[in-house]
Amino acid sequence: MRANVAMFLAGVLFAVGLAVAGMTQPDKIMGFLDVFGAWDPSLLFVMGGAVVLNFFLFRWILRRPNPLFASTFHVPTLRHLDARLIGGAALFGAGWGLAGYCPGPGVASLATLSTESFLFVGAMLVGILGHAGLKRITAAS
Amino acid sequence: MDWTWLSATLGGLLIGLAASFMLLSAGRIAGISGIVEGAILGKVAAAWQRWFVGGLVAGGAVALWLAPGAFASSSTVPGPVLVVAGLLVGFGTRLGSGCTSGHGVCGIPRLSPRSLVATGTFISSGMATVTFVRVCGCWS
Repeated sequence: MRANVAMFLAGVLFAVGLAVAGMTQPDKIMGFLDVFGAWDPSLLFVMGGAVVLNFFLFRWILRRPNPLFASTFHVPTLRHLDARLIGGAALFGAGWGLAGYCPGPGVASLATLSTESFLFVGAMLVGILGHAGLKRITAAS
Repeated sequence: MDWTWLSATLGGLLIGLAASFMLLSAGRIAGISGIVEGAILGKVAAAWQRWFVGGLVAGGAVALWLAPGAFASSSTVPGPVLVVAGLLVGFGTRLGSGCTSGHGVCGIPRLSPRSLVATGTFISSGMATVTFVRVCGCWS
Protein backbone atom coordinates (compact mmCIF):
# COMPACT_ATOMS: atom_id res chain seq x y z
CA MET A 1 0.00 0.00 0.00
CA ARG A 2 2.82 2.40 0.87
CA ALA A 3 4.37 1.66 -2.52
CA ASN A 4 1.08 2.46 -4.26
CA VAL A 5 0.70 5.77 -2.43
CA ALA A 6 4.31 6.58 -3.34
CA MET A 7 3.52 5.78 -7.00
CA PHE A 8 0.51 8.11 -6.91
CA LEU A 9 2.65 10.93 -5.47
CA ALA A 10 5.38 10.22 -8.04
CA GLY A 11 2.74 10.56 -10.77
CA VAL A 12 1.56 13.90 -9.37
CA LEU A 13 5.14 15.22 -9.14
CA PHE A 14 5.94 13.92 -12.64
CA ALA A 15 2.91 15.71 -14.15
CA VAL A 16 3.67 18.97 -12.31
CA GLY A 17 7.26 18.74 -13.59
CA LEU A 18 6.00 18.22 -17.16
CA ALA A 19 3.74 21.28 -16.84
CA VAL A 20 6.49 23.50 -15.35
CA ALA A 21 8.86 22.34 -18.09
CA GLY A 22 6.40 23.25 -20.87
CA MET A 23 6.17 19.63 -22.06
CA THR A 24 2.36 19.79 -21.85
CA GLN A 25 2.24 22.50 -24.54
CA PRO A 26 2.31 20.78 -27.95
CA ASP A 27 3.48 24.04 -29.56
CA LYS A 28 6.67 23.96 -27.49
CA ILE A 29 7.40 20.34 -28.47
CA MET A 30 6.86 21.18 -32.15
CA GLY A 31 9.11 24.24 -31.67
CA PHE A 32 11.87 22.04 -30.26
CA LEU A 33 11.54 19.55 -33.11
CA ASP A 34 11.45 22.34 -35.74
CA VAL A 35 15.24 22.48 -35.79
CA PHE A 36 15.41 23.98 -39.30
CA GLY A 37 12.72 26.59 -38.54
CA ALA A 38 12.02 28.79 -35.49
CA TRP A 39 13.87 26.40 -33.18
CA ASP A 40 13.04 26.51 -29.44
CA PRO A 41 15.94 24.78 -27.63
CA SER A 42 14.35 24.96 -24.14
CA LEU A 43 13.49 21.23 -24.13
CA LEU A 44 17.20 20.50 -24.09
CA PHE A 45 17.20 22.02 -20.62
CA VAL A 46 14.28 19.79 -19.55
CA MET A 47 16.13 16.67 -20.66
CA GLY A 48 19.42 18.02 -19.31
CA GLY A 49 17.99 18.77 -15.86
CA ALA A 50 16.31 15.37 -15.56
CA VAL A 51 19.26 13.36 -16.95
CA VAL A 52 21.97 15.05 -14.87
CA LEU A 53 19.95 14.72 -11.65
CA ASN A 54 19.13 11.06 -12.32
CA PHE A 55 22.72 10.28 -13.32
CA PHE A 56 23.74 10.98 -9.72
CA LEU A 57 20.58 9.93 -7.84
CA PHE A 58 20.16 6.57 -9.67
CA ARG A 59 23.75 5.59 -8.77
CA TRP A 60 23.19 6.49 -5.15
CA ILE A 61 19.80 4.70 -4.98
CA LEU A 62 21.03 1.51 -6.71
CA ARG A 63 23.74 1.11 -4.08
CA ARG A 64 20.99 0.12 -1.66
CA PRO A 65 20.25 -3.63 -1.31
CA ASN A 66 16.56 -3.01 -2.06
CA PRO A 67 13.98 -0.20 -2.52
CA LEU A 68 12.13 1.28 0.47
CA PHE A 69 8.73 -0.38 -0.13
CA ALA A 70 9.54 -3.35 -2.41
CA SER A 71 11.82 -6.38 -2.31
CA THR A 72 13.86 -5.81 -5.50
CA PHE A 73 14.83 -3.22 -8.09
CA HIS A 74 13.38 -3.72 -11.58
CA VAL A 75 15.94 -2.19 -13.93
CA PRO A 76 16.18 -3.13 -17.65
CA THR A 77 19.19 -5.30 -18.44
CA LEU A 78 19.00 -5.59 -22.26
CA ARG A 79 21.93 -3.90 -24.00
CA HIS A 80 21.82 -5.12 -27.61
CA LEU A 81 20.45 -2.99 -30.43
CA ASP A 82 17.88 -4.43 -32.84
CA ALA A 83 15.52 -3.40 -35.62
CA ARG A 84 12.49 -3.35 -33.32
CA LEU A 85 14.13 -0.81 -31.00
CA ILE A 86 15.10 1.50 -33.86
CA GLY A 87 11.94 0.98 -35.93
CA GLY A 88 9.74 1.53 -32.88
CA ALA A 89 11.61 4.70 -31.90
CA ALA A 90 11.31 6.00 -35.48
CA LEU A 91 7.51 5.41 -35.52
CA PHE A 92 7.15 6.99 -32.08
CA GLY A 93 9.16 10.05 -33.20
CA ALA A 94 6.91 10.49 -36.24
CA GLY A 95 3.81 10.48 -34.03
CA TRP A 96 5.49 12.82 -31.54
CA GLY A 97 6.26 15.26 -34.36
CA LEU A 98 2.74 15.06 -35.82
CA ALA A 99 0.89 15.97 -32.60
CA GLY A 100 3.49 17.32 -30.16
CA TYR A 101 2.49 14.80 -27.47
CA CYS A 102 4.52 11.97 -26.00
CA PRO A 103 2.80 9.50 -23.62
CA GLY A 104 3.34 11.35 -20.29
CA PRO A 105 2.09 14.79 -21.34
CA GLY A 106 -0.73 13.11 -23.29
CA VAL A 107 -2.03 11.29 -20.19
CA ALA A 108 -1.53 14.35 -17.92
CA SER A 109 -3.46 16.55 -20.37
CA LEU A 110 -6.54 14.33 -19.93
CA ALA A 111 -7.12 16.58 -16.88
CA THR A 112 -8.11 19.38 -19.28
CA LEU A 113 -10.95 17.17 -20.60
CA SER A 114 -10.14 18.53 -24.07
CA THR A 115 -11.25 16.67 -27.19
CA GLU A 116 -7.65 16.73 -28.48
CA SER A 117 -6.25 14.93 -25.43
CA PHE A 118 -8.95 12.23 -25.52
CA LEU A 119 -8.50 11.67 -29.26
CA PHE A 120 -4.73 11.35 -28.86
CA VAL A 121 -4.72 9.17 -25.74
CA GLY A 122 -7.57 6.99 -27.06
CA ALA A 123 -5.63 6.31 -30.25
CA MET A 124 -2.44 5.74 -28.22
CA LEU A 125 -4.20 3.04 -26.16
CA VAL A 126 -5.36 1.39 -29.41
CA GLY A 127 -1.75 1.46 -30.63
CA ILE A 128 -0.52 -0.12 -27.38
CA LEU A 129 -3.22 -2.82 -27.52
CA GLY A 130 -2.48 -3.38 -31.22
CA HIS A 131 1.18 -4.01 -30.44
CA ALA A 132 0.29 -6.37 -27.58
CA GLY A 133 -2.13 -8.27 -29.85
CA LEU A 134 0.41 -8.56 -32.67
CA LYS A 135 3.03 -9.78 -30.22
CA ARG A 136 0.67 -12.49 -28.99
CA ILE A 137 -0.14 -13.62 -32.56
CA THR A 138 3.52 -13.74 -33.64
CA ALA A 139 4.49 -15.56 -30.43
CA ALA A 140 1.80 -18.21 -31.01
CA SER A 141 2.70 -18.91 -34.64
CA MET B 1 15.12 33.21 -26.94
CA ASP B 2 13.17 34.14 -23.81
CA TRP B 3 13.87 32.87 -20.32
CA THR B 4 11.94 29.63 -20.63
CA TRP B 5 15.22 27.73 -20.16
CA LEU B 6 14.88 28.47 -16.43
CA SER B 7 11.41 26.92 -16.12
CA ALA B 8 12.56 24.16 -18.48
CA THR B 9 15.48 23.29 -16.19
CA LEU B 10 13.29 23.46 -13.07
CA GLY B 11 10.66 21.24 -14.72
CA GLY B 12 13.36 18.80 -15.81
CA LEU B 13 14.65 18.60 -12.23
CA LEU B 14 11.12 17.88 -10.94
CA ILE B 15 10.66 15.15 -13.59
CA GLY B 16 14.02 13.66 -12.60
CA LEU B 17 13.09 13.84 -8.92
CA ALA B 18 9.82 11.99 -9.59
CA ALA B 19 11.70 9.27 -11.51
CA SER B 20 14.29 8.89 -8.75
CA PHE B 21 11.55 8.76 -6.12
CA MET B 22 9.94 5.87 -8.05
CA LEU B 23 13.21 3.96 -8.14
CA LEU B 24 13.91 4.60 -4.45
CA SER B 25 10.44 3.76 -3.16
CA ALA B 26 9.27 0.92 -5.43
CA GLY B 27 12.37 0.02 -7.44
CA ARG B 28 10.61 0.90 -10.67
CA ILE B 29 11.76 2.78 -13.77
CA ALA B 30 9.53 5.72 -14.76
CA GLY B 31 8.74 4.60 -18.30
CA ILE B 32 5.31 6.03 -19.02
CA SER B 33 4.44 4.00 -22.14
CA GLY B 34 5.20 0.71 -20.39
CA ILE B 35 3.34 1.80 -17.26
CA VAL B 36 0.26 2.73 -19.32
CA GLU B 37 0.39 -0.68 -21.03
CA GLY B 38 0.61 -2.35 -17.61
CA ALA B 39 -2.26 -0.22 -16.31
CA ILE B 40 -4.63 -1.33 -19.09
CA LEU B 41 -3.43 -4.93 -19.59
CA GLY B 42 -1.99 -5.80 -16.19
CA LYS B 43 -3.41 -8.02 -13.49
CA VAL B 44 -3.52 -7.44 -9.72
CA ALA B 45 0.28 -7.21 -9.51
CA ALA B 46 0.07 -4.15 -11.76
CA ALA B 47 -1.83 -2.01 -9.25
CA TRP B 48 1.14 0.33 -8.87
CA GLN B 49 0.88 1.23 -12.55
CA ARG B 50 -2.74 2.31 -12.14
CA TRP B 51 -1.83 4.37 -9.08
CA PHE B 52 0.92 6.11 -11.06
CA VAL B 53 -1.37 6.86 -14.03
CA GLY B 54 -3.99 8.20 -11.59
CA GLY B 55 -1.31 10.44 -10.06
CA LEU B 56 -0.29 11.65 -13.50
CA VAL B 57 -3.85 12.78 -14.29
CA ALA B 58 -4.30 14.24 -10.78
CA GLY B 59 -1.00 16.13 -11.19
CA GLY B 60 -2.27 17.43 -14.52
CA ALA B 61 -5.37 18.72 -12.72
CA VAL B 62 -3.20 20.40 -10.05
CA ALA B 63 -1.10 22.07 -12.76
CA LEU B 64 -4.23 23.19 -14.60
CA TRP B 65 -5.60 24.67 -11.37
CA LEU B 66 -2.36 26.52 -10.49
CA ALA B 67 -1.54 27.64 -14.03
CA PRO B 68 -4.37 27.38 -16.58
CA GLY B 69 -1.89 28.25 -19.34
CA ALA B 70 0.19 25.14 -18.66
CA PHE B 71 -1.73 23.15 -21.29
CA ALA B 72 -2.10 26.04 -23.75
CA SER B 73 -2.25 24.96 -27.36
CA SER B 74 -2.65 27.02 -30.49
CA SER B 75 -2.18 23.81 -32.40
CA THR B 76 -4.01 23.46 -35.69
CA VAL B 77 -3.51 19.71 -35.87
CA PRO B 78 -6.70 18.19 -37.32
CA GLY B 79 -8.48 15.39 -35.44
CA PRO B 80 -7.60 12.59 -37.89
CA VAL B 81 -3.90 13.57 -37.66
CA LEU B 82 -4.11 13.42 -33.84
CA VAL B 83 -5.50 9.88 -34.15
CA VAL B 84 -2.71 8.79 -36.51
CA ALA B 85 -0.18 10.41 -34.13
CA GLY B 86 -1.66 8.55 -31.14
CA LEU B 87 -1.56 5.21 -32.98
CA LEU B 88 2.10 5.77 -33.97
CA VAL B 89 3.06 6.83 -30.43
CA GLY B 90 1.27 3.86 -28.82
CA PHE B 91 2.54 1.23 -31.25
CA GLY B 92 6.02 2.73 -31.68
CA THR B 93 6.78 3.15 -27.98
CA ARG B 94 5.88 -0.49 -27.25
CA LEU B 95 7.78 -1.85 -30.26
CA GLY B 96 10.79 0.27 -29.25
CA SER B 97 10.37 -0.55 -25.52
CA GLY B 98 10.13 3.03 -24.32
CA CYS B 99 9.42 6.70 -24.84
CA THR B 100 10.82 10.07 -23.77
CA SER B 101 10.66 9.07 -20.11
CA GLY B 102 11.84 5.46 -20.11
CA HIS B 103 14.60 5.88 -22.71
CA GLY B 104 15.36 9.60 -22.30
CA VAL B 105 14.90 10.53 -18.65
CA CYS B 106 15.73 7.10 -17.15
CA GLY B 107 17.83 5.24 -19.76
CA ILE B 108 20.40 7.91 -20.62
CA PRO B 109 21.44 8.43 -16.95
CA ARG B 110 22.02 4.64 -16.80
CA LEU B 111 24.17 4.98 -19.94
CA SER B 112 22.09 2.27 -21.62
CA PRO B 113 23.21 1.92 -25.26
CA ARG B 114 19.65 0.97 -26.27
CA SER B 115 18.22 4.13 -24.70
CA LEU B 116 20.89 6.39 -26.22
CA VAL B 117 20.16 5.01 -29.71
CA ALA B 118 16.37 5.08 -29.22
CA THR B 119 16.42 8.69 -27.96
CA GLY B 120 18.60 9.82 -30.88
CA THR B 121 16.25 7.99 -33.26
CA PHE B 122 12.94 9.38 -31.98
CA ILE B 123 14.26 12.94 -31.76
CA SER B 124 15.63 12.72 -35.34
CA SER B 125 12.40 11.17 -36.60
CA GLY B 126 10.35 13.87 -34.81
CA MET B 127 12.51 16.61 -36.33
CA ALA B 128 12.14 15.10 -39.82
CA THR B 129 8.35 14.86 -39.36
CA VAL B 130 7.92 18.45 -38.12
CA THR B 131 10.13 19.75 -40.93
CA PHE B 132 8.20 17.76 -43.55
CA VAL B 133 4.83 18.97 -42.27
CA ARG B 134 6.00 22.61 -42.22
CA VAL B 135 7.59 22.48 -45.68
CA CYS B 136 4.61 20.77 -47.33
CA GLY B 137 2.21 23.11 -45.48
CA CYS B 138 -0.03 20.08 -45.04
CA TRP B 139 -2.58 21.52 -42.60
CA SER B 140 -1.26 24.87 -41.39
